[in-house]
Amino acid sequence: MDFDLTEEQKMILELVDEVSEKEIEPLADEVAEKGEFPRGNIERLASLDLFGITIPKKYAGLEMDYLTWALVAERISRACATTGLIFGANLLCTFPLLNFGSEEQKSTFLPPLAKGTSLGAFALTEPEAGSDAGNVQTSAKKDADGYILNGNKIFITNGEVADIYIIIANLDRKRGARGLAAFILKKGTTGFSFGQHFRKMGLEALPNVELILKDCPVPENNLIGGEKKGFKIAMETFAAGRIGVGIGALGIAEAAFKKARDYSKERVQFGRTISSFQAVQHILADMATKIEASRQFLYKAAWLLDKGMPFEKYASMGKLYASETAMWVTTKAVQILGGYGYMKDYPVERYMREAKLFEIIEGTSEIQRGIIANLILKET
Amino acid sequence: MRIVVCIKQVPDTEELTKVKVNPVDNTIVREGIKNIINPFDENALEEALRIKEKNAASVTCISMGPPQAEDALRKALSMGVDEAILISDTCFAGSDTWATSYILSEAIKRLGDFDLIIAGKQAIDGDTAQVGPGIAEHLGIPQLTYVRKIEIKNGMIRAERALEDYFEVVEIKLPALITVTKEINEPRYPSLRNLLKAKKIKIPLWDNRFLNLAQDKIGLDGSPTRVIRTFTPGLPKKGEIIQGDIKEKADKIIEEIKKRNLLRWLQ
Repeated sequence: MDFDLTEEQKMILELVDEVSEKEIEPLADEVAEKGEFPRGNIERLASLDLFGITIPKKYAGLEMDYLTWALVAERISRACATTGLIFGANLLCTFPLLNFGSEEQKSTFLPPLAKGTSLGAFALTEPEAGSDAGNVQTSAKKDADGYILNGNKIFITNGEVADIYIIIANLDRKRGARGLAAFILKKGTTGFSFGQHFRKMGLEALPNVELILKDCPVPENNLIGGEKKGFKIAMETFAAGRIGVGIGALGIAEAAFKKARDYSKERVQFGRTISSFQAVQHILADMATKIEASRQFLYKAAWLLDKGMPFEKYASMGKLYASETAMWVTTKAVQILGGYGYMKDYPVERYMREAKLFEIIEGTSEIQRGIIANLILKET
Repeated sequence: MRIVVCIKQVPDTEELTKVKVNPVDNTIVREGIKNIINPFDENALEEALRIKEKNAASVTCISMGPPQAEDALRKALSMGVDEAILISDTCFAGSDTWATSYILSEAIKRLGDFDLIIAGKQAIDGDTAQVGPGIAEHLGIPQLTYVRKIEIKNGMIRAERALEDYFEVVEIKLPALITVTKEINEPRYPSLRNLLKAKKIKIPLWDNRFLNLAQDKIGLDGSPTRVIRTFTPGLPKKGEIIQGDIKEKADKIIEEIKKRNLLRWLQ
């Protein structure tokens, strides 16, 4: 076992810390306030080559591991959860391409994603299909040149701003989950348009958009991994994505903890700082403990993924624990800041609104518990 | 076109409260302090890189300092300079601005032909603003200090200088030296790719065996400046609180302004 970071990782994190603290975090309030896609932040991440961390060198990436990616994403999310999620959602596009894509698909689509000149998105969710992925209604019909897609996707992260979309559609409704296939769809394709931009409780600048597919032609070459591989691709992508979502939650929890800790050391009531009260100390101690536990879960999941070992259980545990920790820590941070915590002038109320999403996306807490139970009951 | 950028490694100002002066030899205690590239020198690097991107220039970065100044040079490499050279030798230690600019100018001569030398307007630790101009004097080339904007055309450089009360636009012939202010640009961050690449580059060390400079021109012996004492200034005098009703206060303030001739700049 080795908990040390490599020299390369340390160098990278020093740079990412500097950029996150000096360039991204100061804009986080404004990003949320305006509710506009933070293009400047994304261009900044691209200029640093951060989108290419996990992508092989031959596709213009840096060929580093998912643990490094997680360490970087943690810092971005700590500075701005919205930017962290945009960064994370990109992985949902690169992961299936890397793991299931053909050589041609990889060499066509990965380089712009690695450079950050194109952004990626992954679209499964529909009005009637989320946790129940097998119920996808979007249809794919084979025709002479490839496939024709029809249907609507909702809540799609990076919708409209992304250039490359992985679309999960059903080739055979009768077969349910086994009929699913994954397609690469480029923005600008005939029949592919964007509908509603959904308004949310928090993360207002994160694009969550409806995708409308109307007789949308996809060339045969853009089918990933063969027909009927869609469910497997979606499940494996979600499993990896859970590390990313867990890391996003971890970042918010860290940011809220820091605000609460620093405030408690300055706020004086009854003639002493509130950090000297045991009631506050115990909350801070629980915050730090839960955050550290979340971090270890997620780092381990990333480490297992890098080793090519089964990581799904830890990814689910990490996502579940980190998202519930983020909700708990942000709620308690508001409590520690008291009346100020509830005010829009301080970021902790924003953190609390942002944290809630993480218990829902990429598999709800309930789905995570189901996955974990399923896996541990198979163990002997 | 060849550009030489001179940089200095300095203690991080964000950790300024931790910076201490050694009362015995009047030098800065550097142990335990994070070092950075002098911020104005980052502007110098950025400007060189922008010229490179426009005019296909090559950029060489040099720094004189203790062995750990290599970190500053590595950062310059990760920002995109083509070549970095560390000028370091125990016999250079104690050099004042005169000796330092002499050593740097000799190193630049060894580099061969160059068109432009860029340095920051001053270092945030010593604040002398003398090394850049000193290099130009030793090399016998024209110099422009406090430059906040440049344009290079037909072997000439047109620069806007930020002076105390006004801007000055000057044109001089290359080769020349300029020192730049913060306003000139926003320094870039290195990309991960360049950062990882820079980590592997071996940075050449030029010591005095290579430069072969006379002992009486370098280090303490070559430094006409003697620092007699370095100290932390005491707290400023307490301000005077003007008493009375609003009219009396206003009259008193006007009287003080006149007495001290504080509005002379407006005339």
